[in-house]
Order: sequence, then structure tokens, then C-alpha cells
Amino acid sequence: MKSDIILSGVGGQGILSIAATIGLAAVDNNLYLKQAEVHGMSQRGGDVQSHLRLSDKPVASDLIPFGSADLILSVEPMESLRYLPWLSKTGWLVTNSNPFINIPDYPDVDEILNEIKAIKNHIILDADLIAKESGSARSGNIVILGAASAFIDMPFSSLEVAIRKLFGRKGQDIVDANLKALNAGRKLSDAYRK
Amino acid sequence: MKKLLLLGDEAIAQAALDAGLSGMYAYPGTPSTEIMEYIQSSVDASARNVHRTWSANEKTAMEAALGMSYAGRRAMVAMKHVGLNVAADGFINSAMTGVNGGLVVVSADDPSMHSSQNEQDSRFYGKFAMVPCFEPSNQQEAYEMIFDAFETSEKYKLPVLFRITTRLAHSRSSVTLRDAIPEKKLSLPVDPLQFVLLPSIARRKYKSLVSSYEEVKFDIRLSKYNHFKDGSNRELGIIACGIAHNYLIENIGESNKEIPVLKISTYPFPKDLIKDLTSRCREVLVLEEGAPVVEESLRGILDDGMKILGRLDGTVPRDGELNPSIVARSLGLPVESGRDVPSLVKMRPPSFCKGCGHSDVFNSLIEAIKPYGQGHVFSDIGCYTLAALPPYSAINSCVDMGASVTMAIGAADAGLHPSVAVIGDSTFTHSGMTGLLDAVVKDSSITVIISDNSTTGMTGGQKSQATGRLEQICLGIGVSPDHMHLITPLRKNHEENIEVIKREMEYRGVSVIIASRECIQTATKRKKDESANA
Ligand code: SF4
Repeated sequence: MKSDIILSGVGGQGILSIAATIGLAAVDNNLYLKQAEVHGMSQRGGDVQSHLRLSDKPVASDLIPFGSADLILSVEPMESLRYLPWLSKTGWLVTNSNPFINIPDYPDVDEILNEIKAIKNHIILDADLIAKESGSARSGNIVILGAASAFIDMPFSSLEVAIRKLFGRKGQDIVDANLKALNAGRKLSDAYRK
Repeated sequence: MKKLLLLGDEAIAQAALDAGLSGMYAYPGTPSTEIMEYIQSSVDASARNVHRTWSANEKTAMEAALGMSYAGRRAMVAMKHVGLNVAADGFINSAMTGVNGGLVVVSADDPSMHSSQNEQDSRFYGKFAMVPCFEPSNQQEAYEMIFDAFETSEKYKLPVLFRITTRLAHSRSSVTLRDAIPEKKLSLPVDPLQFVLLPSIARRKYKSLVSSYEEVKFDIRLSKYNHFKDGSNRELGIIACGIAHNYLIENIGESNKEIPVLKISTYPFPKDLIKDLTSRCREVLVLEEGAPVVEESLRGILDDGMKILGRLDGTVPRDGELNPSIVARSLGLPVESGRDVPSLVKMRPPSFCKGCGHSDVFNSLIEAIKPYGQGHVFSDIGCYTLAALPPYSAINSCVDMGASVTMAIGAADAGLHPSVAVIGDSTFTHSGMTGLLDAVVKDSSITVIISDNSTTGMTGGQKSQATGRLEQICLGIGVSPDHMHLITPLRKNHEENIEVIKREMEYRGVSVIIASRECIQTATKRKKDESANA
């Protein structure tokens, strides 16, 4: 088993909590894991990416080679496109449809969505809206994780366990809202693929 | 056995604690910051009362760590690669004095300059100082090596350099911990002159430094991290250093039986193992992160004989970070690629947080300086350096920590007027104060704006040594109270602040304007913590 995942978005959008959730779940499943993060300057509203590699065998490189990611998981649509050179021919792209506009020349959103639709395996969803409906407007990132969970080779329940662990300190309400967000994302992506 | 999921930086910190660390010294700098942060938040470190506060700069950190080692206890100092330049004085001479308690100097290099001004390779400093250098290839190895680094340091009475790169520092993996060992007791050097580098003593010490550099090569503690695995192919052998070894294994597999591979993770590098490899193969490819340190050593002055492939002949790019695809290409393996990035994807440069005080400082400065045109603003290193980018495009230099003040002095000496320096509070205590003293003594015609956010914002909000002290420091250095102003960078004070800046730029002498407003990020975090504790 092997899952090579690129996480992408803009600094401050919660990519590192997605990574932490998958990381905890991986440890629960006794998988080997390497996760390269971005710290420092580029986090100030710049683009950020994280390489996450899970496997039942030891993982050598902290970075994913070009053309071999199984999944691009993005909390922002334009950012999902930035990492296409890493995506394998059979890989999936799962992205939020809501743009994060902090640059003057942000491209036309429909054009971006069209580019994404040109990729065979893609899922686009309005994660922010779904998060709001789940009772936690800030859990858009977890909605996307739920939607992408079908392409990560681990039982869904271990992601739920990880969310309980990760958000436990913040109180039961936050845990519940995030679990709801995770499930809502998964349900939509299951429907999307049918 | 306890297992933790740790960043490379955190693995190093945890290892130091488990190896009986008594003091950690550092100045924040990406990608090294998390080492100190981990130790600061460690329950174990706080129970043991391990010293762990930030230092004013890397030099003071280095020297304080040396002092702790003098007193017989284990100390670690961490910095980013350019920080080692600042600490170089103390570092090089610590090899001459030698150590008493184990002393590990961690330097985190940043190939590809993810957040740095250059991509220098700290291994050069290891060679320069003639001290043992460890270069781990993964998080677990980093953890193990720290124990050996302390022991090696104590055995040879030398500081040990621990070189990592961004990728290892900021990548997380599971790490299995060892049993912790107790801290060392206080003990003074046996030789009372050991730390006294008077020329006559230094000459003697240098001789012993040179000879121990040879001896250290064959020490099992170092050599166990270097291994040679022979293969059936007699054409090409590979030397892979540190993290480059991972990228190689990614391509050829753990069970490779064909290509002879020598992994190097310690320096001075193992000549005998290199001979083992080169005597078997027709060509050698050197894979190393950073500069061609090993490759150049193999080539020697005349560069004849064996064919050596690497960064110098272009088989591997001369600059930038390695990755599995670059390594594949250098091996002549096919490189996969997904789709190209569509042309509509735009750059997304970092920028000030919404409501950051620095942006108000620059808005006022831009207005005030308009009549003089471009080219008058020297800046420093911190969040405010982002003012180099549009829409501000407001600074004309950013060279190294503290250079804003000193470059402004030189430009003023040349006749440039006004000559304005913009520097942050943390950078000011790091390297700006001495420059300001020069300016006061020479009565330079410069205007120094200290954009004070009460923290080290760029690296995530570490404590700044200057908080609450800036005004006193400047007055103490000798800035005239008439030309020392405190302003608050808020939109409502815009006009007033422009006036102050204008007036002081016209003045022919040293002026300091301290513009204070707390960093939004740390303010938010502080309020959150306060309400959580309330
Ligand atoms: S981190 Fe603080 S100092 Fe840096 S840009 Fe944001 S608000 Fe400004």
C-alpha cells in the first residue's frame, strides 16, 4: 500500500491540520509516514504545499517525485493546479471551489474550474458552504479531507479517531462539528463519483 | 519503546533532551526555529529547568553555549546557515579552545533559498574549524546522531557541527526514542588555561586541533553512519551524502544489488571508504545537498584521472535543492511528469497580514520620502522586508541582519541625503545596536526607523529581547532626545507620522523613530491565551 498526497492551499488555510489528521491516522494504522511542510516566509498569505507519503514499507524520500502523486488535496482551486506536474496519470484531484483572492491578478474562477474539469479524476466542491452547514464555518479544510478520504488507503474510521484526538482539547462542540464536516465531505464525494 | 511523530528539528531537540542537555541557546531563523520552540514547550525540559531562552543573536548564543560547556555540562546551540556567519567568530575559536561538557552546534542550511538570502553550505564551516560534522539522512538518524555527537564532542573535547537542511528540518516522520540519560554535573576544565587563547597557548592548541581532525575520522561513533554497499555494476558508483541518500534510494530501491553506493553522513569524510568505491568503478556520481563539498575534494587541484559526475560537471544542477526527480535524471533514469501547470496560474507572493503595523509605517514613509525620489531606504531582514514587493516597492536593500543601519551610514558618508534605515525591533537587538553606536559617534546624517512589533514576527512570534527597552537602548547609545520619537503606526496617525518622518529626514544628524504596534499574529495569540487562562 502506498499513498502519495500533495496538500495545497494558501498560508493560514489549515493545511497543516489536514496533514496532522492524516498523520495521526497513519500512525494508528501502523503505516510509515513522511510529511514535508512549509514554514516561514511563504506562509504569510503565500502559496503553501505539503508532501505527505504513507506506505506499509519504509518511505525513503521526503519529497514525492514528479508524476507520481495519487492525490492532490487542495483547499483553494487555483492552488490545486499549481501542483499538476506531480499528479500521476491515474491520480485524483480534490479541491474546494472557493477562491482565496489576495492578489490583484487572480484569474477568472470559471476558467480555473474548466482547467480542473479537464482532468479526468477530479472532485470540486464548495467546502465552505458545507462546513457552514455542519456548524463550523472554519472546517472547510476538513470537508475537503472527507471528500478526499476515499482516495487515501486507510479506513475512514481512523480519520474520525484522529479528529477526536486532534481537536479534543478544544471541546466536544468543535470535535462534533469537524466530524460532521468530515462525513459531509465524504458523502458528497461518494455521490459525485456515482 | 516510545515512538513519536516528529519534525527533523523536533527529533534533534528531543534527542538533546534525552542525551542530558542542560542548556539550549538560539536566535530564531527558518528552518532552525522549531528546535528551540520544542525545547521551550517540553514538560521534561521545564521540570529539569533546562536553560532555554532566546539569545540576542547567534554569536551570543554560541558563546553562551560555550560557557555552559566550560562549566562541564551539555549545551546545544541552533541557528540557520547565515546565522553561523554571525556566530563564526565564537564557533571557529571554540574549536581552538575545545570544550569541556559536550557542545553541539546545529546549523540548518536552506538550499533553494525557501526563506533565506543565500544557500551557503555549513559543511565548509566544519572543515574550516576542523571539527567533526554530522549530516543525518533522516529523522531517526538525526535523533540517534545527537547522542553520538555529544559523546564525540566530549571524547575529543571539540565542538561538533550538526548540519541539516530545510527538507529534513521541516519534514515529519516517526522516531523511536532511546532511554534518557541524566545531565552532567558541574565541573571546571582540568587545564585552567584551556579556554585562554593567548597566542602561545593558541599555537599549541592549533597543533592538537590539526592532529585530532585526522584521528576523528576513524572513530566508530562517526564511521558507523557511513557505509559502503557494493554492487555488480563496475561502470558507475555513487556517493550520496545526508538526505541525498534518500532521494537515491527512492530511485534505486533499498534492495539494490547492482549499483555500488557509499553513503556519507559524517565529516571529515572517510577516505578509506571512498577508495573502496573508486577502486571498483570507472565513474563516480556524487549526490550532495548544497555545495559540491565532497565532489571538489575528490577532484583535487589537477582534476584528472577518474571521471567524476556531480554538480561541477552539470550532471546535477549547480544550485538549488535536490529532489527524487533531479536524482533520477542524473542517474539517466526516465523522469515521469504529470501535466504542465496551466498558464492561468498566477504567482502568489507572501504579504503583510491584514492590519499589520509595518504597512502603516511604510505608507507614511512612502509619502514622506516622495519629494526625494527613489533609492533612499535601506532595509533589514524581517516581515517588513516584504515592503520590497508591490504595492509598496519601498525598500532598496536587504543584505544581512543589521545592514540597514550600517549601509545607511555608508551611503550618508557618500553624500546621499536623506539616508533612511528601516529595521525591526528584534533585528535591532540582533545587529542594529552596534551600527547605531557608530552613527552616533560619527554623527552620521541618517534616520533610523525601528518598526517595532514587539516580537520576532517573521519566524512566528518569538520573544524579542528589545520589547519595552528600545527607547532606553537608543538614548543609552547616545541618540539625542530631541531626535528620538515614538509614534504609533495607525491609519488615524498617518498625517502626523508623515510630519515626524519628514522633519527628521531633513535633520543632518542621527534620528531614531520608534514606530510601535504589536504584531497582529502574536497579539491575537496572546489574547486567546489570556482568555483561555482567565
Ligand atoms: S506576522 Fe506580524 S509583523 Fe509579520 S506581517 Fe503579520 S502582523 Fe505583520
